[in-house]
Amino acid sequence: MDINATLIGLTLAFFAFIAICRAFVWPPLINAMRARQERIAQGLENAEKAEEALAKSNADAEVLLRDARAEGQRLIEQARAQATMVVDDAKEQAREEGERILTTARAEITQEINRARENLRQEVAYLAVVGASRILSSEIDRRKHSAMLENLVREL
Amino acid sequence: MAEKGEAQTPTEYIAHHLTNLKFGRLPDGSWGFASSAEEAAQMGFWSVHVDSLAWAVGLGLVFLLLFWLAARRATAGLPGMFQSAIEAIVEFVDTTSKDIFPHKSPWVAPMGLTILLWVFLMNLMDLVPVDWVPWAFTKIGVDYMKIVPTTDINVTLGVAVGVFLMVIYYSFKRKGPGGFLAELAFHPFPKFAAPVNFILESVTLLAKPLSLALRLFGNLYAGEMIFMLIALLYSAGIALALMGGVLQIMWALFHILVIVLQAFIFMVLSTVYIAQAYEVPEDDGH
Repeated sequence: MDINATLIGLTLAFFAFIAICRAFVWPPLINAMRARQERIAQGLENAEKAEEALAKSNADAEVLLRDARAEGQRLIEQARAQATMVVDDAKEQAREEGERILTTARAEITQEINRARENLRQEVAYLAVVGASRILSSEIDRRKHSAMLENLVREL
Repeated sequence: MAEKGEAQTPTEYIAHHLTNLKFGRLPDGSWGFASSAEEAAQMGFWSVHVDSLAWAVGLGLVFLLLFWLAARRATAGLPGMFQSAIEAIVEFVDTTSKDIFPHKSPWVAPMGLTILLWVFLMNLMDLVPVDWVPWAFTKIGVDYMKIVPTTDINVTLGVAVGVFLMVIYYSFKRKGPGGFLAELAFHPFPKFAAPVNFILESVTLLAKPLSLALRLFGNLYAGEMIFMLIALLYSAGIALALMGGVLQIMWALFHILVIVLQAFIFMVLSTVYIAQAYEVPEDDGH
């Protein structure tokens, strides 16, 4: 067993190597590894978050779509009801208008008939008076015989 | 030496392969490389195994360079193949050291990484066939060249002493001199037996670096020795040479496991020892 100064040299080399390793080798490597670990963890977390967000927005879209569809259905129903109502109204109005026109026309006809009847009556009365005066060769005094004429006219 | 190489006995061959290139004070008083085992043995403490030191430092620098290259371009983005491989090792060391050492320290994990990779690379030299590099060095006039630093007790003990100094430092830092002494003196037996305790605990403390150093040294030295014995078969006839080839491959395959395992054990035990030094008796509920 030959122990000599080589031992001291090795001890010194040992400390020198550790110091160099500690100063220039270990920190950059371990820091890079830790940083990468963090980045990977962050990336995984982000991916998870994105997935969650995607699922959430999908659900949101689903809800929106369903609502929109329901709203559209509702609007169509409403429009249909409104259209029916408008048509019904129009029908009713037309019917009423027709009836009104009919009534007016009827009234007018009645009036016209009455007027014609009156005219006819007067005409007949006149003719009767003229005829009678011709027959009697005398003039019938309108004033004297007005009551009789009135009766006559009314009877016609 | 090269001409003499042919006539070596097995003992000489192994002795030659187990001799370091040693620089120190020669018997005549001048400084230089030992040219024989006898000269090397007389050099005393103030001498250096140049080969062990150079390979150890060189391999440490290889480790630092490799990891520094990865660290320089390390980004949090998509890593390339090289960066992924380096990061896998770093992650492994980080996890292991966090499991063993639950406190916050900017030094322990880098220490673990340094030990793991450095010891691994030094052990890895064991897989280079035992004769190649020494043979190449004899061609350029260097007679001795041991390329596996961890088969040199100085290397393993040197690293273990480094760990030991860290243990002492953290013990003082966390417990204070009094606390550290109390831990040494009052531990297995009650306080009246303080001297006995102190001796026992000191042995325990010193056993840590020694066991670290000797475990690694023993494993690698034995492994290297077996590679040499196998290499001896190559000069013992065709049948034995073929057997040697098979044995070498098998031993090398097995040794891949050993070198990784020993590097890992060295790292884990160092971390354990420092974790023990960090443990303050009062805060049991950490």
